[in-house]
Amino acid sequence: MDEVDMELEKAFQSKIDAELKIEPKDWMPDAYRKTLVRQMSQHAHSEVVGMLPEGNWLTRAPSLKRKAILMAKIQDEGGHGLYLYSAAETLGVSRDEMYEQLHSGKAKYSSIFNYPTLNWADIGAIGWLVDGAAITNQIALCRCSYGPYARAMVKVCKEESFHQRQGYEIMMNMSNGTKEQKEMAQDAINRWWWPALMMFGPHDKNSDHTSQSMTWKIKRTSNDELRQRFVDATVPQADYLGLTVPDDKLAWNEETQSYDWGEIDWDEFRNVVAGNGLCNRERLQTRRDAHDGGKWVRDAALAYAEKQKKRMADKAA
Amino acid sequence: MPENSTESELPLYEVFIRSKNGLHHKHAGSLHAPDAEMALTNARDVYTRRSEGVSIWVVKATDVVASSPEDKGNFYEPNDDKLYRHPTFYNIPDEVGHM
Ligand SMILES: [Fe+2]
Ligand SMILES: [Fe+2]
Repeated sequence: MDEVDMELEKAFQSKIDAELKIEPKDWMPDAYRKTLVRQMSQHAHSEVVGMLPEGNWLTRAPSLKRKAILMAKIQDEGGHGLYLYSAAETLGVSRDEMYEQLHSGKAKYSSIFNYPTLNWADIGAIGWLVDGAAITNQIALCRCSYGPYARAMVKVCKEESFHQRQGYEIMMNMSNGTKEQKEMAQDAINRWWWPALMMFGPHDKNSDHTSQSMTWKIKRTSNDELRQRFVDATVPQADYLGLTVPDDKLAWNEETQSYDWGEIDWDEFRNVVAGNGLCNRERLQTRRDAHDGGKWVRDAALAYAEKQKKRMADKAA
Repeated sequence: MPENSTESELPLYEVFIRSKNGLHHKHAGSLHAPDAEMALTNARDVYTRRSEGVSIWVVKATDVVASSPEDKGNFYEPNDDKLYRHPTFYNIPDEVGHM
C-alpha cells in the first residue's frame, strides 16, 4: 500500500469511527467494497431464492385469504431482492454479473432455503422462525456504515414485520386446532428450529469475516449475540403456542437472564452450504429456468422500446 | 440485440417518490426496465406497495449528472467565506425583539 492509500484509508476509518455513512462515490478500500458486494449480493440472492419454498404452497394454501397473504409476502421478498441488488449495483457490480454468480452456483445464499416445505405448518414456521431470524439480523444491519445498504435495510425491516406475524398466526391457528394440526405445527418447529439458528452463521470464534466487518461497521453485532437475542425472544413465543423447541439442553439461566441451549449440528450446516442439502439443486434449477424462461419477455420489451425510440426519431426528422 | 449479456441488460432507472402532496420527491432506489413507461409501472410495484407515494419520477441513471466527493473542497468553497449570508452574522440588540 502506498502512502496516499494509507492516508485515504485512515481518513476512511475515522469517518466510520465518527458514525458517518459511506456513500457510493466516496473513496473506500477495495476490500471494503468486495466484502459489501459479496454480502449484499448474497443477501439479495437469499431474498430471491427464499421465494421458492413458499411458492410451493401458493396453490395449496388452505383458504383464499391465506393465499392472498402468502402471495403478498412472497412479492415483498422479490422486492427485497430488488432493493438489495440495486444497492449492490452502486458499488460497481452489474445485475447480470450477480445473476450469473447465483445461477452458476458460485455465489451463496442462505442455506435455510435448501430445506423442503412439506406441509402447510411449514409456512407458519417459516414466517415465524425464518423471517424472525432474518429480522433480528436485518435490524442490526440498519446501522451498517454503507449508506445504500443501511437504507435498503430500513425499508426491508418495515415490511418484514407482517411476515413474521402472519407466520405466527398460522402457528397459533394450528396449535389451537385438531390434535393432528397441533402435531403438524410441532413437527414443523422440529424441522425448522435448528436451521433457523444456523442462519446467524458460524460461532464468532470461527467466523473469518467478523472482526474486520465489525471494524468497518458493516456488521454491528456478532453472530452469537444475534443468535442469542433470537433464542431469547422466540422460546417464550413457542411456550405461548404450547409447543416446544427441539433442544433438550434448553434451560432458563437466572444469572444471565437468558436461555442456555444445546449445540448446532455444524456438519449439517457445512454440508448444506457445500451444496448437498435436500433442495440445493432443485432451487438453483428453478431459478435458472425462471431466468431463462423470462428471456423472451425481456428481449421483446427491449425490442419494443428500441422500435418506439426509432419511430420518435423518424417523426422528428 | 447485443450479444454480450451485460450489454443487453435492461437500462437502469433511478426512482424518486413524493410520499404525499406538499413534500419533495425523494430518491427511493433504482430498478432496471426496458423503457420509461415500464420503469414507472415497476417502480409502483417495487416501491409503493403500501401507499408510500402519490407521485413517481423515474430518470435514466445515465442521465443523472452528479458532483463528485473529491469536489468537496473547491466546489463548495465559494460559499464558505460569505458568512454575511447567514442571519447570525448581524448583531441586532435584544431590545428590538425577535427578528
Ligand atoms: Fe425479506
Ligand atoms: Fe420476509
